[in-house]
Amino acid sequence: MEQLLNDFLLSKAWYFISARGLTAIVILMSIAAYAVLLERKASAWIQGRVGPNRTNHPLIAWIPFVGTFLQKGGFIQPAADGLKFLFKEDPLPGHVRKTTYILAPIIALAPALLALVMLPFGRLPTGEVITLCPGADIGVLFMFAISSLGVYGIALAGWSANSKYPFLGAVRGSAQLISYELAMGLSVLTVFLATATPDQDNALSLVSMVDAQKGVWNLFYHPVAALVFLICIFAEANRHPFDMPESETDLVGGFHTEYGSFKFGLFFVAEYSHMIIGSSLFIVMFLGGWHFAPGVPTVGDGLIASLFGVAWFFFKLCAFLFFFVWVRWTVPRFRYDQVMRIGWRVLLPVAVLNLIAYFIWYAVKG
Amino acid sequence: MAIKVVERRPLSLAERTYLPQILAGLKVTWDNMMRPAVTLQYPEERPTIPNGYRGVPTLVRDPNGREKCVSCQLCEFVCPPKAIRITPGEIAPTAANAHVEKAPQEFEINMLRCIYCGLCQEVCPEEAIWLQSQYSMTGTNREMMVNNKAKLYELGGTLPDSHYKWDRKKAEAERQAESGH
Ligand code: SF4
Ligand code: SF4
Repeated sequence: MEQLLNDFLLSKAWYFISARGLTAIVILMSIAAYAVLLERKASAWIQGRVGPNRTNHPLIAWIPFVGTFLQKGGFIQPAADGLKFLFKEDPLPGHVRKTTYILAPIIALAPALLALVMLPFGRLPTGEVITLCPGADIGVLFMFAISSLGVYGIALAGWSANSKYPFLGAVRGSAQLISYELAMGLSVLTVFLATATPDQDNALSLVSMVDAQKGVWNLFYHPVAALVFLICIFAEANRHPFDMPESETDLVGGFHTEYGSFKFGLFFVAEYSHMIIGSSLFIVMFLGGWHFAPGVPTVGDGLIASLFGVAWFFFKLCAFLFFFVWVRWTVPRFRYDQVMRIGWRVLLPVAVLNLIAYFIWYAVKG
Repeated sequence: MAIKVVERRPLSLAERTYLPQILAGLKVTWDNMMRPAVTLQYPEERPTIPNGYRGVPTLVRDPNGREKCVSCQLCEFVCPPKAIRITPGEIAPTAANAHVEKAPQEFEINMLRCIYCGLCQEVCPEEAIWLQSQYSMTGTNREMMVNNKAKLYELGGTLPDSHYKWDRKKAEAERQAESGH
C-alpha cells in the first residue's frame, strides 16, 4: 500500500492529475462567476435597470477606457462577490448535524467539477480531443451518473439543517431529480440510437457524437428529444421554472436556508456549475459541439481551426447560459404538483413514444 | 340585469403544452431588454424635486432679511413626534424690530424624530417654517442630525412674502401714535 502511494506520488501522474484538476476548478469557477454576473446584468436589463456598474479597484480604474469599461460592465463584481463570501463570518448553527452540514456543500459542488473532466471542448490539429480526461469512451454515461450525484448535496443539506423548510426543499429536489432523470435518459438514448453503430467500441463517447454532427446538428434530426432534454436540464440544474428545492417564496431559502458565507457560496457555484454542465451536454449532443453551424465550413486549418473550434464551443456555451438566465427572468416557477405532472405524465410518455418511433423507423429502414 | 355568460373555451393542444406562452413571454422580456434602462444613477444624477415637496423643515426669513419666527411655539406643540424644541427669547427694546417682541433664542429640530408630516408648516401663523426641497439629510452621529437655529436658517434661506405683516403693524402703530390715540 505504502509502496503504491510512494510510486504514485513520485510518478508524473500526480502532477498531471493535479494540474488537470486545477484547470477544471479554475475554468468552472470563473465561468460560474461570470455566469452570476450575466444573471445580474440580464435580469437588470429585463427589468429596466442597469445592473452592477460601480465595483472597481483603484489600480484598474486607473487604466484609461479599459478601467471604465470594466467598471460599467460590472466585470470586477464577481471578484467582490467571491471575496464577500470568503470574508463573511461562517456560522455553525447549534441545531444542525455538524458532519453532514459541513460535507453537504462539498458534495454539491464536487460532482459538477468531476463531470466537467469528460467534456470535449475541441480538437487539436493532430486529431487529439481537447478535454481534461482524454481517452474515456463512456463520456455520456459518466457525466449523467456523476452530475446527478449533486442532488446528494441538496438532500444532505436539507436533512442536516434540522429544520423544516430546508428539509422540504431537499425532498422536492430529490423527487424532481428522479422524475426528470428518466425522461432525460430516454431522450439521450434516442440520439445514441441514431449515431452509434453496433460494432463501434466508443459508442457512448461524446467525441463520436460531435463528429457525427459535422454536417447537420442532431437538433434537426431529433427535435422532440432535444426539447425533452432541454426541459430536463433546466430541472436537473434546479433552475427556474423548476427551482423546487430553493423556491424562496414558499420555502424561505429552500435547502440552503441554514447556510451562510462560503458554504452558501459553494451551493451557489454548484447551481451555476450544473447549468454549465447541462448547457455543455446540450451543445455537444444537439448543437454540434465545436462545429460552428450546419453547412458552414471550418475556418482556417491546423491550429487556427482548433482555436476557432474551442471559441465556437465557448460562444455557444455563453449563448446557452444567457438562454438559461433569460428563461429564469421570464417564466414563473411551477407548482410542485405541476412539476411532478410534467415530469411523469408529459415528458416521460413523450420520450418513450419518441424512442419507440425511432426504433420503428430504424427497424423499417433496416 | 343582463347576464352575459362567458364561454369557457377548453385549452387547445398548443396552449396545453404551454410552449407558445413561454415563447411569447420570452419575446416580452427580450423587448424589455432592448429598451433603455430607467435607472437614475443617483449620486451623479439628481431627481428634479417638484413644487410643494415636503423635505426637511427649515426656518425662513422674509425678503427684508427679518427673522419671521416669533417663537409662539405652536409648531412645538403640534409636532406629533415632538421633534421641535424652542427656547423662546425676547427682542432687545433697542432693536429696529422691537415691536415684534419675541424671537427664538434657540430652535432645534431633531431630524431623527421628524416624520416630515408638515404640520409645523401648516400651523405656523407667521409662515416662518417651511418644508422645502432638501431630501437627503445625513449625519454620522446623533448630534449631527439635530438642526439648530443657524442650520435651519441656512437651509431655509429667504422666501417671498406677500403680507409684510409686521411692517404693516408698525406703520399702523406709528400712524395711530401720530394721530394722538
Ligand atoms: S416657526 Fe412658526 S409656529 Fe413655530 S414658533 Fe416660530 S412662529 Fe411659531
Ligand atoms: S414636519 Fe412634522 S414631525 Fe417634522 S418638525 Fe414639522 S411637525 Fe414635527
